[in-house]
Amino acid sequence: MLSLDGVSKVYQVGTFGGKELHAVSDVSFDVTDGAVVSLIGESGSGKSTIGKMILRLISISAGTILSDGVDISTLQGRALKEYYRNVQGVFQDPFSSYNPIFKADRVFKTIREEFFPQVPGSEWNNRVEGALQVVGLNPAHVLDKFPHQLSGGQLQRFLIARALLLDVRFLVADEIISMLDASTRIDVLNLLADLKSRGLSVLFITHDLSLGYYISERSVILYRGCVMEMGRTEKIYDRPLHPYTQMLMASVPRLDRKWEEAANVMKGQQSDLISGCVYYARCPVAARNGMCSRGRPALVEVEDDHFVACFHAGIGTMATARSSER
Amino acid sequence: MTEPKKKNEFLYFALRNNKLRIGLTVVFFFLVLTFVGPQFTDYTPYAYVNPMGAQPPSSEHWFGTTMFGQDVFTQFVFGLQATFLVGIVGGGLGTLIGVVVGFVAGYRGGIVDEILSTITNIVLVIPTLAILLIIAAYLEVRGVFTESIFIGCTAWPWTARAVRAQTFSLRSREFVDLARLSGMNTWKIIFQEVAPNMMSYLLLVFILQFGGAILNAATLDFIGLGPMEGISLGMMMQYAVLWGALHLGHWWWFVPPGAAIMAIVGALYVTNVGLDEVFNPKLREM
Repeated sequence: MLSLDGVSKVYQVGTFGGKELHAVSDVSFDVTDGAVVSLIGESGSGKSTIGKMILRLISISAGTILSDGVDISTLQGRALKEYYRNVQGVFQDPFSSYNPIFKADRVFKTIREEFFPQVPGSEWNNRVEGALQVVGLNPAHVLDKFPHQLSGGQLQRFLIARALLLDVRFLVADEIISMLDASTRIDVLNLLADLKSRGLSVLFITHDLSLGYYISERSVILYRGCVMEMGRTEKIYDRPLHPYTQMLMASVPRLDRKWEEAANVMKGQQSDLISGCVYYARCPVAARNGMCSRGRPALVEVEDDHFVACFHAGIGTMATARSSER
Repeated sequence: MTEPKKKNEFLYFALRNNKLRIGLTVVFFFLVLTFVGPQFTDYTPYAYVNPMGAQPPSSEHWFGTTMFGQDVFTQFVFGLQATFLVGIVGGGLGTLIGVVVGFVAGYRGGIVDEILSTITNIVLVIPTLAILLIIAAYLEVRGVFTESIFIGCTAWPWTARAVRAQTFSLRSREFVDLARLSGMNTWKIIFQEVAPNMMSYLLLVFILQFGGAILNAATLDFIGLGPMEGISLGMMMQYAVLWGALHLGHWWWFVPPGAAIMAIVGALYVTNVGLDEVFNPKLREM
């Protein structure tokens, strides 16, 4: 339904805009109907930027984002509004998503004003209550309250209910549970899984590998705006081929291991290497004077629906295999 | 259910804030005097009513008379009207332009922001008084209203800069993104999402602009570039100085207008501080 083709975002930085910051470079992937795709990366990897570009909140520097075959950067006025009928977002910070001086249910009133002015009040109230019940909230408890009177989990579900009031088919979920308590996290995650079974596509943006595994069919691993590895979630998690993915997997806190053993290659600092692999400075397997510093590896399909951008994909695998044997 | 409670909370602190009470009382006193003052006098500001010339206050002429036998009290109450008109029109216009420029520059960003900020900075560094002097000197007919408009048109830059900065920080909040995702247009977002968050600040801006406009007008009037018809507090002081009231000891001629300007502007600033305390819980004394 939604496909990104060579999407880049470049910011002009420095006093006179002389330097360029590549927040996202040449990212391509598809999200099919009813699929959940995880976009995984550390902070600064450009994952939220991609979400915002899909939502038309920031412009695209290069490449195209197609929604049902239509280039979204061409949408204006009425067409853009129709696009928002189908594509909605939920953001990281539930408290900052609400205007603090108004009641939280104002987000529903806005939707009615902008999209359904012809719907009579009583029917609209029924729709709102229906949507709230779908997301597991009791309308009597949450309507007519200020944002600070509701919990973060309630507010996030409120926003999902808001999206449901529209004929939303694609949801950009930008770190929606990273600021929630562990106890409410699973409710929101299960809600997303539930919505998926109703045919909703979700772009699940996260920095947490385990969440990505829990919910998504496909995953995209980003590092400094570039896709490092992508494909079916099980394939990536069972057999991570890129050294960055391997490092991420190793850094997931485990209950049975002390941190010192797990913590590894976070020593290298980010360099401004333009020509080489973006991961070069931190990569444990990069040949220090070989092709890694000269060329940027292309995304190659190493097996069915499993793409890796690394010259040493094989060596990295062997290294992991050996360490796991020991 | 919390809405009325919140309003009451503001009212609760507003009524108990001494700065606010004092400031508003003084301003209100002069405002009432503007309306009821003319009822207490039978003269017009420039009528020669006392053949004795300059006389100190008496029961007949409450604030005394000028060198030409004009009634100072009459001039004073009519001058107050001009002062409040300048404050409301000049201060209001300065606030309006500043707020609109600030909102648009801060919300749209990019090239729009560059252009508007450049204009703002240029107007900011131009010596306002010099511009007003030139305009006032070239204008054929000058009334209090025209004067207010020129004062308003030169006083807005610092408001624009402050509002722009505030809008910048509010714009990056996610509720603005959410409003855009709801298909709201730019003006709706500015006035329904961003502006309500800085309502208290905008009120303070208006108060400061009000006081500033009064002072600017008094300065212009005092150096003789005030309105050509009518009377204002600044013009009273100009005439007093022109006819040597300082040397001749005619204190009743220049003290009332000077004291009134000082009291009104001072009271507005005190009100401003009081409102700040009411709106910002961290500054509350109690």
